[in-house]
Amino acid sequence: MKKIILALATTVVLGCAEPLPFEETFRAALESAQPGDVIEIPEGTFAFDRSLIMNTDGVTIRGQGMDKSVLSFKNQLAGAEGLSVSASDFTIEDLAIEDAIGDALKVNEGNNIVIRRIRTEWTNGPDVSNGAYGIYPVQTTNVLIEDNVAIAASDAGIYVGQSEQIIVRGNRAEYNVAGIEVENSVGADVYNNTAVANTGGILVFNMPGIPKRGYGTRVFDNDVNDNNTANFAAPGTAVSGVPAGSGIMVNSNDQVEIFNNRISGNDTANILISSYFSANYAGQREVAAEFDPYPELISIYDNDMSDSGKAPGMDYLVAVRDAVFGPDGAFPDIIWDGVIDPNKPADREVICVDNGDAQLLNIDAINEFANPSLEMAAYQCSVEKLSAIELPAG
Amino acid sequence: MDRPVYDAPIQRGVSRLITTCGALFISALLTACGPTEVTFHTADNYPKRLSDWGLVSLDGQQLTVSDQALVYDVNTALFSDYALKLRTLYLPEGTQADYDATDTFALPVGSIISKTFIYPKTQTGALLTSSDWNGDPSAIQTNDFELMETRLMVKQASGWDALPYVWKGDDAYLSLTGTIRPMTLADGSPLNYLVPSKNQCASCHATNHTTGELLPIGIKARHLDRSTKIYNKNQLDHWAERGWLTHVSGGHTPNAIWGDTSQTLDHQARSYLDINCGHCHNAQGAADTSGLLLDYEQHPASALGRCKPPIAAGRGSGGHLYSIVPGQAEHSILSFRLATNDPGMMMPELGRSLVHEEGLEIINQWINSMDGQCL
Repeated sequence: MKKIILALATTVVLGCAEPLPFEETFRAALESAQPGDVIEIPEGTFAFDRSLIMNTDGVTIRGQGMDKSVLSFKNQLAGAEGLSVSASDFTIEDLAIEDAIGDALKVNEGNNIVIRRIRTEWTNGPDVSNGAYGIYPVQTTNVLIEDNVAIAASDAGIYVGQSEQIIVRGNRAEYNVAGIEVENSVGADVYNNTAVANTGGILVFNMPGIPKRGYGTRVFDNDVNDNNTANFAAPGTAVSGVPAGSGIMVNSNDQVEIFNNRISGNDTANILISSYFSANYAGQREVAAEFDPYPELISIYDNDMSDSGKAPGMDYLVAVRDAVFGPDGAFPDIIWDGVIDPNKPADREVICVDNGDAQLLNIDAINEFANPSLEMAAYQCSVEKLSAIELPAG
Repeated sequence: MDRPVYDAPIQRGVSRLITTCGALFISALLTACGPTEVTFHTADNYPKRLSDWGLVSLDGQQLTVSDQALVYDVNTALFSDYALKLRTLYLPEGTQADYDATDTFALPVGSIISKTFIYPKTQTGALLTSSDWNGDPSAIQTNDFELMETRLMVKQASGWDALPYVWKGDDAYLSLTGTIRPMTLADGSPLNYLVPSKNQCASCHATNHTTGELLPIGIKARHLDRSTKIYNKNQLDHWAERGWLTHVSGGHTPNAIWGDTSQTLDHQARSYLDINCGHCHNAQGAADTSGLLLDYEQHPASALGRCKPPIAAGRGSGGHLYSIVPGQAEHSILSFRLATNDPGMMMPELGRSLVHEEGLEIINQWINSMDGQCL
């Protein structure tokens, strides 16, 4: 592979032979990248007033560490992302992207994507005016997102959308609305992550209106604690309906396995399962006929859960809690809206729970919360286990 | 590829100096030359100076277009911060474009498209955002107009390349990394004019985001089917007459000419969305991730935004629930994103820093004319 020496990398700007600032040589290297290039970023903080964009397959962007090589977009004037990439065989590692005006790192369409040891952060902390997504691969295949840190995104710190064959591991997400979100994606393993102090820790969602229906996600061996930050998303966004205090949340998605996680201190519930109808996105919405709004084939087992549900993050949930457990009570570890597809085949399971003495409360949203139920017998079932995701070596 | 035969050296009265700091300057002492001859350059040899293409250049204060090229206009144009645009098309001698009713015409290798962005200016150099310019390049003199940039799209055997040139003095210079030109408008407000980088060009011109292939956007029948004041002819007829266009048929519906209020509101709005949004918001475009499709094709009402919730708009939703709420532009995300100039929320994402008030007005009227409600 060719290594670019950035000080000599560009001849595209005509002018006097003064050394160009790194910002310009870096931009030129991205613009003129060739397959095989390794574009290195030295230590330092580098400021950009326009988004950076890279469209060449087979490129690696490498800094000196997520606290050493910082791309700052604090004074951004143009472009909707910090770094926008449309390319395959792309690796980015060991740098930080701070204060992007929109998404920090977006990878739109591509195969074999590695995002590793990147920090995306809005340095002012949680704020509705922060950019939406920290790390944002969309319409990608074979995606590895590991050992990153995502802080204070006004939507999701790490968001994988409309993708296939995904591993999200070893990341830390904090003070985002959604810590880690997998949406409309097929085949994801989400493990060994820490999601703490977000509004919702780890989300597995499906949204209508886009061609790809998501299913098949395993969420395991994660630490999902104290995700009680007040929801600071812009109204109207999908995550604006996530109650503060959500540990792991599944909405309208199928074949989701939640196991071996350590989940505690999430004040709405450690695990929430809901249909599109009661996600409280924005009241009732039209749902395209082809959209499946019901979560099904959800399996929850062997999680270590405690200290759930003592301060639900939505008024209607507080009312249910008060009605069932009293104002000093708490939701059990798992809550479910209880909305079932009326045309569901009888042998198709909705939720199966095998998690010691953890309890599931069906809040009976379909009947205006008339008969919440803690009857656990209905969840003694099993769903065929999903296979581990394996990415091609490389 | 072999260098094409039309790559003849050009004869012009230009002297080149190398200054002490290594930059190339052209002397301002251009001799009185006529319209220049176009020179095609291969991808390994793109010239730093726009004048080396011979397509669009300055003759003293006068902007000139090679007489081997035709000036053209589109029915409704992309809004670019109120810049005026001089568009030219050059085809190699003896070649033709191939008409298509829907897609970009297939153009021969060696074709060059240029778009020069200009503003009329006051005597103090402040930029004006309105003009009665009739599209004729002979009216463009640097006394009265600020030349911002000229973008070329160049058809190589491997496909289209996009090349941004930034005007400075008597020529424009290749700037693959783009730039922000801080300008002042006549009302005293600042304009951070964005010259796109090469890759930002692709953000719009890779209309099929999966292939990533760059294509001209305006060279389509529905955009070109109109008369212009310069030639006083319908452009498609004119091109065909000149031998530049084959297989012309009437298989298309022309987009509305911007400002033609005799067209239906729906046609004006769809034409506006088509050219301003459709390059990304089409079924193969970069914004197909959103499920919102705004190119001028048959789409279900929900894909056009009616009662459609956002997917990943973030704060671009503006707090609204649907792209279009019938009858309520003030509650529609589409209007919100056209009405903001915050780069983190606005649409289009690139190419403007001002709000296109007149375009927004058309879209608002269109939404407000819709019946029904979202459930």
